[in-house]
Amino acid sequence: MAADGIVTSPRPAARLRAGRLWYRVKESPLTLVGAAIALAVLFVIMAAPLLAPYPPDKISLAARLAAPSPQHLFGTDEVGRDLFSRVLFGARASCGIAFAIVIISTFIGSIIGCLSGVVGGIVDTAIMRLMDVFLALPALILAMALAAALGPSLFNAMLAVAVVRVPAYVRLARGQTLSLRNRTYVKASRSFGASPAYMLRWHILPNALSPIIVQATLDLGGTILTAAALSFIGLGAQPPTSEWGSMVSSGRNYFLDQWWYVTFPGLAILISAMGFNLLGDGLRDMLDPRLGGR
Amino acid sequence: MTEPSGDVLLEISDLSLEFRTYRGPIKALNGVSLNVRAGEIVGIVGESGCGKSVTMMAATRLLPKGSAHITGGGIRLFGNDPMTLSERELQHVRGRLVSTIFQEPMNALNPTRRIGEQIVEVIRRHQRLDKAAATSKASGLLRDMLISEPERIMQAYPFELSGGMRQRVLIAMAFSCEPKLIIADEPTTALDVTVQALILGLIKHKAMSTGTAVVFISHDMAVVSQLCDRLYVLYAGRVAEAGTTESVLAAPAHPYTRALIRCLPGLAPPKQPLEQIPGTLPDLLDPPAGCLFRARCREANDRCVSVPPLAAMEPARRAACWRRIEETQAA
Repeated sequence: MAADGIVTSPRPAARLRAGRLWYRVKESPLTLVGAAIALAVLFVIMAAPLLAPYPPDKISLAARLAAPSPQHLFGTDEVGRDLFSRVLFGARASCGIAFAIVIISTFIGSIIGCLSGVVGGIVDTAIMRLMDVFLALPALILAMALAAALGPSLFNAMLAVAVVRVPAYVRLARGQTLSLRNRTYVKASRSFGASPAYMLRWHILPNALSPIIVQATLDLGGTILTAAALSFIGLGAQPPTSEWGSMVSSGRNYFLDQWWYVTFPGLAILISAMGFNLLGDGLRDMLDPRLGGR
Repeated sequence: MTEPSGDVLLEISDLSLEFRTYRGPIKALNGVSLNVRAGEIVGIVGESGCGKSVTMMAATRLLPKGSAHITGGGIRLFGNDPMTLSERELQHVRGRLVSTIFQEPMNALNPTRRIGEQIVEVIRRHQRLDKAAATSKASGLLRDMLISEPERIMQAYPFELSGGMRQRVLIAMAFSCEPKLIIADEPTTALDVTVQALILGLIKHKAMSTGTAVVFISHDMAVVSQLCDRLYVLYAGRVAEAGTTESVLAAPAHPYTRALIRCLPGLAPPKQPLEQIPGTLPDLLDPPAGCLFRARCREANDRCVSVPPLAAMEPARRAACWRRIEETQAA
């Protein structure tokens, strides 16, 4: 037994990551609901052509503004397009754009933030003050201004919202970097001769990632809303693209008599935004050690 | 009783350093002189805050850029002044010539990467080895650290290992590039006593077999005495006493060294309350004039209001105390 004390080897690894994740998730049904909605949205995005009963742009003047029925589950719009099909295809524009925005702003934001934290000094101050300027303006107004300046299109709306979202990630990544920079393993790595680029890539970024992922998931819901809002006021997706925000916008004229026109795209926005928020909340509870987990 | 001959790897002469804070400069080092030669194990002893780690971190320029300022004296590390080296040259010096073992093994490994990857990266940073060669070198190093299944450990993440295991991994990393000098900054402080002896043994054995010089920083006189050829006792950013381990332990000259030795539990009679040194370190924001240990010293007299020089006592032995200087002059 004496040799055991000296020559130790690790315990049979407790590396049941997936199992542990499932254990935590099933403790919180809301996270499960969020995850289910997120998966459903992803499925719809990929399988929209298979699921939709009609092409989204198929005009049928005979069936203008038809009420929901077995032929048209969500009814039709003013030119007789099937709203169910349009809502399904709208997931591509509305949620797809939200994913793109979050991925772009997370990527750019965390790189700028980590660099800012590592370099420090005047560069850091300059970057952070610029970000403060962005944050000082209301997000939607700034996105509107940018989208209007770039010209109304889905792609420009995406760029505008992505730019507006960047500062949040910069601040998050910089805060993480500042606290990680003083960790012993970062100092140890310097003492073994690591270059700043190496430290950034292997020590700072991977360890800063978990709160950034949580923030990104939480942001998906908000981004869906912002993107829909831009399309609603006509700065995002242009007709005839099916997009939830622009559908609500054109349906608003018929709201009193043809309730289904605004309701179903609106519900799609509500449910998908809520789903991503629930998922993000659940992820935060699981990944954030400061909240203690459950 | 002569100092071991050999190349001087590190020479710090009369180094003064302060941290500029909003409350004013904290004078962390007030004229520290020490040197380390090839192949020897040198201990730096003192209580917390006396400047042990700061001295060595200044030598490898690991102190934070903005707040630490050298106000006097100089450092020669392998013949260069680290303050004038470029970032690239520093990266070569760190790891290849000098490497450091830190106090907290729990935090000194990146939690998101496997042990093996981390060791291999350090090796490949400084040596032209392909991945396979670096991996087998890493597993050999771990085996030297008495780790029975290096391959399995290298697949593990840091959280799967105990503190003692992590410290062994870190020692392996420190030795991996065959540096000439290793700075061990209280490597056993966070470990329990049974592992402590093992870790000390591993460091000593590996250092002797590779001819690496070690600077061993500790607040524990007992640990240092087991390991080191020579000792520097630091107090409030000054060298209080320096000499070979045997001579310092046998006849400590400085009252501070005497007090430190009296505080050791092992050497005190059983069931007696342990001795402590009355008072605390002087305020380094506004250090008093004269000998900094004066306020806590049993032997202080009028001469102690001026700063005592680090005077030679006997061959290879120096102490900064007016009492001893008087006695030497009288003899």
